Amino acid sequence: MASKVLMEALSPTMEEGRLVEWKKNEGDPVRPGDVIAEVETDKAVMELVARAEGVLLKQLVPAGSTVAVTKLVGVIGQPGEDISALLGGAPAPKATNAPTAPLPRGPAASAPLPPSPPAPPPTASGGRTKASPLARKVARERGLDLGAVAGSGPEGRIVLRDLDKSATAPAATGTAPATAAGSYQDVPLSQIRKTIARRLAQSIGPVPTFYLTTEVDMDRTWEAREALNQAGQRGSGAETKISFNDIVMKATAAALKAHPACNAWWQDDRIRYWNEVHLSVAVAVEDGLITPVVRHADRKSLREISAEVKELAGRARERRLKPEEYTGGTFSISNLGMFDIDQFTAIINPPEAGILAVGSIVEQAVVKQGAVVPGRRLRLTMSCDHRVIDGATGAAFLRTLKGMLENPLAIVY
Amino acid sequence: MASFDVIILGGGPAGYVCAIRAAQLGLSTAVVEKDKLGGVCVNIGCIPTKALLHSASSINLIAHQAKDLGIEVGPMTTDYGVAMKRSRRVSEQNSKGVEFLMKKNKVTVIKGTGTLLPGRKVKVGADTHDAKKAVVIATGSRVKGIPQIGLDINKTTVISSDEALFLEAAPKSMVVVGAGAVGCEFADIFNAFGTKVTLVEALPRILPIEDAECSDTLAKVFKKRGIDVLAGAKVLKAAVGKDSVTLDVEAGGEKKSITADKVLMAAGRAVNTEHMGFKEAGVQLTDRGFVKVNFSTLETTAPGVYCIGDVAGPPMLAHKGSREGVVLAELIAGHKPHPIRYDNIPSVTYCHPEVASIGLTEEQCKEKKLDYQVGRFPFSANGRARASNETDGFVKIIRDKKYGEILGAHIVGGHASEMIHELAVARENEYTVEEIDLAVHAHPTLSEAIAEAALDSMGRVIHT
Repeated sequence: MASKVLMEALSPTMEEGRLVEWKKNEGDPVRPGDVIAEVETDKAVMELVARAEGVLLKQLVPAGSTVAVTKLVGVIGQPGEDISALLGGAPAPKATNAPTAPLPRGPAASAPLPPSPPAPPPTASGGRTKASPLARKVARERGLDLGAVAGSGPEGRIVLRDLDKSATAPAATGTAPATAAGSYQDVPLSQIRKTIARRLAQSIGPVPTFYLTTEVDMDRTWEAREALNQAGQRGSGAETKISFNDIVMKATAAALKAHPACNAWWQDDRIRYWNEVHLSVAVAVEDGLITPVVRHADRKSLREISAEVKELAGRARERRLKPEEYTGGTFSISNLGMFDIDQFTAIINPPEAGILAVGSIVEQAVVKQGAVVPGRRLRLTMSCDHRVIDGATGAAFLRTLKGMLENPLAIVY
Repeated sequence: MASFDVIILGGGPAGYVCAIRAAQLGLSTAVVEKDKLGGVCVNIGCIPTKALLHSASSINLIAHQAKDLGIEVGPMTTDYGVAMKRSRRVSEQNSKGVEFLMKKNKVTVIKGTGTLLPGRKVKVGADTHDAKKAVVIATGSRVKGIPQIGLDINKTTVISSDEALFLEAAPKSMVVVGAGAVGCEFADIFNAFGTKVTLVEALPRILPIEDAECSDTLAKVFKKRGIDVLAGAKVLKAAVGKDSVTLDVEAGGEKKSITADKVLMAAGRAVNTEHMGFKEAGVQLTDRGFVKVNFSTLETTAPGVYCIGDVAGPPMLAHKGSREGVVLAELIAGHKPHPIRYDNIPSVTYCHPEVASIGLTEEQCKEKKLDYQVGRFPFSANGRARASNETDGFVKIIRDKKYGEILGAHIVGGHASEMIHELAVARENEYTVEEIDLAVHAHPTLSEAIAEAALDSMGRVIHT
């Protein structure tokens, strides 16, 4: 019995995917779990794996085609099997980035079809998520999204152990990072918060944003970084250089820990205050930008943060991030200092409630103790979702952050 | 010398089921069996005891209930020999059935004792056979006595189930040593046939691995029926005579001497690992004498040699061995079978009332410090049980307090062995007590007691 190979929703937001490369040729034997093709989603290049055993009887779309989620791209079965009945649903690829690719054979290739409607997210693709009642109850309690959990039961059914896996080792599994009970508090909206939210959203748009800017004296951070990096070079030589951005991230994570009101998600009927700090960091990639997440940044050392950002950014540029590596942040940082931008405003990445825009460190004349002297200054601008963060709340956070960068020892205090 | 993909040592419920599944998957398969196909289970275990228990329950029904049910039978006599012969016919049919299944699936049956040789070879008599993919050890277990206290099985006065199943007549008196499933079943059988039965158990209660409430209920019913139950009893000395045995037993600080025509040893089993070349072929044993097995692959310490069933370790149950057989055949064929959940294997004792359980006992929940809630429903409150005079027993469901996960379920009752599977399916699929209740149960049935126990665990029981 032949089975269909469908374009799968490989990321939570994926509606269509570009089949970059076939990894199996027609006639190749395949087993469940074998990678049969590479697919570029809206965010990354992912692997499409076989769900059946047999041989790949047919590749229904050429490499380079863009195919809507749930559409047929191939057929697996036994050699010589008649698969004509299965081929009714083969898609016509939309305009592709690889126009030289041959057109697919078969009836579906005869005329361009209208673009397929966007596919629903994977949780709804088969009508429902297969999960045991116990797994559903536990997931509801822990606030886990079952759509993001890989099931290990019969036919991929989600069972309890799958949740335990994802709750204890979020980064190690192929599932979205799950959040253990106790990692946040949901606070229902008070009347005043509801009113603020409604009035501000009417005034300025769905995310009513305001901006706070502060100037930070970076002299001591500068010295501290120089000293750290020199010490690092004297060591094994394998040490990575700590960047200013690493230090700003470390300080931001520590400051967020002290100001949980700014480490929160807007959730429409409530505000989710996170007890964990997961920092999204904006990385420019070809054609756009992506925000890999440094998880538990508040618990990581400067060196760990530095190494992790470097590694994530590298893979982000190669478009090799997994969905769970660029979702689930609680606060974002965007740094344009390397482009000599003194100050800018960044756009909030919902449902996060704040983003910090980091400018360049500028050497300038400053007044210290009544005298004009040379100094190094950095401008930080925080965009705040006013439904979650009020002016005074954001200002208090920025003051703590500024204090930490002006006296770096305060980060570890 | 013949060559097969798979050679299985032992044609019991682990081995023959493994052979059928392997053959279904296209593997050429041979089973080596020195005796009858079906093993202990079919020939001297599960099946013939169930036949005798059916006689026993019929006797009890007629003796204790006939009049009340409107049946006049006059004076009733029983004959163990006749019941025994019927049980032999039942075993014979089942063993023939296994032979038929071997033929149907084109499994080669090699008669004789197999010896494992290094390099996936098996010697039977003068022939050496070659297994291309796997040799499977499924050699099972056998009865054992307790020679340390003078209770070596002599097959006349000190016997095991092997001899009890072939007695021509029920003895006048019998001491059953060991009150696990086997001991309780034989106590029930011989009591019905008029034997004066004393049931002796070293641990503090009969059916020691079951939930304490089950043990207590069964002990009460047994005592009411005239079985002398001595739990927490130590056999100090055994004087084995020609026609009788005298045991000195200490229970609850009191010493007493019991003389009986026969002693039935039902305390544990020994696994069959000797004289089959295991050691030489690199198959190691555990401290407890079982074959050392990697339970994710069912492979032994010798590459290409696998092990299933009793000899692979507890629980020593036919249905556990059969499942291992199926899973192993699929592994050998390169499939990815669903792993066995060893924590979800039902345990059943077929005396009357029957005792069936799955998952954790309440004692185990306490030890593990789990936050649990117990739901109970007695058959005395169940209409169907009343109608059929089977009001002894109850259903007990232990659920996790927070999520309703079914941690364990325990049934004592007339048809507990048939009812436990609702809870086995529930647990295997991670249904909670709520799903048990949501499924409509037919009325009037004994199974309603399961739904009621589930409701009771949520504080919403209807009929008590």
